[in-house]
Amino acid sequence: MQITDFAVVKNEQIARDVFELQLSIVNYQLSIAPGQFVNLQIDGFYLRRPISICGWDGETLTLIYKIVGQGTARLAQYEAGETINALVGLGNGYTPVQAERPLLLGGGVGVPPLYYLAKELAKAGQKPIAVLGFKCADESFYEDHFRALCETVVMTEDGSHGQEGFVTHAMPGINYDAIYACGPEAMLRAIYEQAKELPPGHTQLSFERRMGCGFGACMVCSCKTVTGYKRICKEGPVLTKEEIIWT
Amino acid sequence: MDLSVTLSGVKLQNPVIPASGCFGYGQEFRAFYDIDMLGSFSCKGTTLEPRFGNELPRVAECASGMLNAVGLQNPGIHAVIAEELPRLKEHFHQPLIANISGFALEEYTQCCEMISQCEQVGIIELNISCPNVHGGGMAFGVCPKSAAEVTAACKKVSAKPLYVKLSPNVTDICEIARACEAAGADGLSLINTLLGMRIDLKARKPVLANKFGGLSGPAIFPVALRMVYQVFGAVKIPIMGMGGVSNARDVIEMMLAGAGAVQVGAANLVNPYVCKEIIEELPAVMQQLDITSLKDIIGGAHT
Ligand SMILES: Cc1cc2nc3c(=O)[nH]c(=O)nc-3n(C[C@H](O)[C@H](O)[C@H](O)COP(=O)(O)OP(=O)(O)OC[C@H]3O[C@@H](n4cnc5c(N)ncnc54)[C@H](O)[C@@H]3O)c2cc1C
Ligand SMILES: Cc1cc2nc3c(=O)[nH]c(=O)nc-3n(C[C@H](O)[C@H](O)[C@H](O)COP(=O)(O)O)c2cc1C
Ligand code: FES
Repeated sequence: MQITDFAVVKNEQIARDVFELQLSIVNYQLSIAPGQFVNLQIDGFYLRRPISICGWDGETLTLIYKIVGQGTARLAQYEAGETINALVGLGNGYTPVQAERPLLLGGGVGVPPLYYLAKELAKAGQKPIAVLGFKCADESFYEDHFRALCETVVMTEDGSHGQEGFVTHAMPGINYDAIYACGPEAMLRAIYEQAKELPPGHTQLSFERRMGCGFGACMVCSCKTVTGYKRICKEGPVLTKEEIIWT
Repeated sequence: MDLSVTLSGVKLQNPVIPASGCFGYGQEFRAFYDIDMLGSFSCKGTTLEPRFGNELPRVAECASGMLNAVGLQNPGIHAVIAEELPRLKEHFHQPLIANISGFALEEYTQCCEMISQCEQVGIIELNISCPNVHGGGMAFGVCPKSAAEVTAACKKVSAKPLYVKLSPNVTDICEIARACEAAGADGLSLINTLLGMRIDLKARKPVLANKFGGLSGPAIFPVALRMVYQVFGAVKIPIMGMGGVSNARDVIEMMLAGAGAVQVGAANLVNPYVCKEIIEELPAVMQQLDITSLKDIIGGAHT
């Protein structure tokens, strides 16, 4: 958990309302795990905005965000060379488990954290398979990035690209021994219900909650789990299937 | 440069105090800086029994501030005494402010009695102003009679100076302040959050699950300042001033209005270093303003 200024390297539209933001930092050691997020201070807004880490190579941090409101609309106006303050290394992130065929399920802007994870898993010699779900062709992104790393299936709700349907529709045809997912809560719930039994800890779902601080101080993001109350920003955003209580 | 202040006989190395609910029990901030540099901090509002608090969403944003409806999530007084205080002891050697809350008079007095026995606790802060729980908290703080009752009952069982935290959601805060003073309060903390709301335009529904929440942050600074100023004129006991304080200049302004020490709430959530920065910034700002001792400026704006 660190706080620092980054320089915007690039902030480009890659799909409808979706932007790729690259931030650079010099001479600063950061330790960042897949599934963790940053909390960005956007000019003109009081609270920071949580965004998942899509990539980190030791110098450049890549984030992908969708314009959904005022803050993300302002973020899209940042230009190369401007600085942006971020709290980094937030949350628990995914805990990679021993698996041959981990299944990565991403929906919309839940896809970005899985890219960083896919990279790390591939590096560790695993053979992930990614299923990326989007509303339609216009909103899809990063397919080629994933294909360069692992087997990739693209699903769109209207069938305008890849196969028609939700990410869960692709699950029965895939042989997997671990699940990592991020996306809208309805998607996570469908995955929870349809996933085959895997050993404890092998099904990891990443949740979103409105946040105040992002580092565990304010208790606005708490949820009930089997193992007690957890702060999505601190003991989450990733929860294992065994501990989830749906509300 | 003398930054020290004294509240009801409790000496603090500086007047900068993270406010209740914005600093947990101190642990999260240890990752950022040495919290022992603080004057004190006010722990998360603690109740007799553990509480989960309100449903989510519990937070909303607004211009220059935020709304929260946490609803006093805390592990309960027993866990705080058994776990949080011992854990804190290793890293924090300043007198702690124990913020306690309740739903019935006996809950307040039980908490008060238990926590006041703890050596680490310097001051007890009685939260009778939480706007986010039903049937408790603010119910005590909006009427002079019940505010006086709970103050008197807690004063009887408290071995430590008792500060009562006041709600701004009242017609006349001075009346409540005087009632608490008359009932034996050693000091006052003000202000708690202002009740507000936001509506999600697309969903056409309140953003907060609780509908309403407490407004804090820079947006409320002028209101808080005005109330501290008024209450300073109405009572003789010391005041911890808070509401929107974000930098060293705000601290000095609060003290000029009448605060003997200053709490910083929401600002910690957006900049975890804010209290450290304020403490480091203070001497230079004091120098600019020809202040050699902060004690000398308390209430300095009153003529
Ligand atoms: C752990 C985590 C990781 C995330 N990762 C990504 C990502 O990689 N890419 C991406 O596009 N989005 C991501 N989000 C969602 C993103 O934080 C919101 O879309 C963003 O905060 C919206 O801000 P806004 O000002 O545009 O929207 P507004 O609706 O104007 O925001 C108002 C307030 O609500 C909060 N808010 C609104 N929607 C959400 C939401 N879905 N989740 C949390 N807070 C919200 C805002 O932070 C702000 O405080 C993530 C959220 C979390 C909690
Ligand atoms: C997230 C959050 C939680 C809070 N919880 C408490 C609490 O448990 N007890 C309490 O007395 N005040 C609580 N408060 C109120 C603050 O201590 C403070 O009085 C108020 O926020 C005004 O100061 P600020 O504008 O600097 O935040 C809380 C405030 C926030 C933002
Ligand atoms: S956002 Fe503050 S505790 Fe999670």
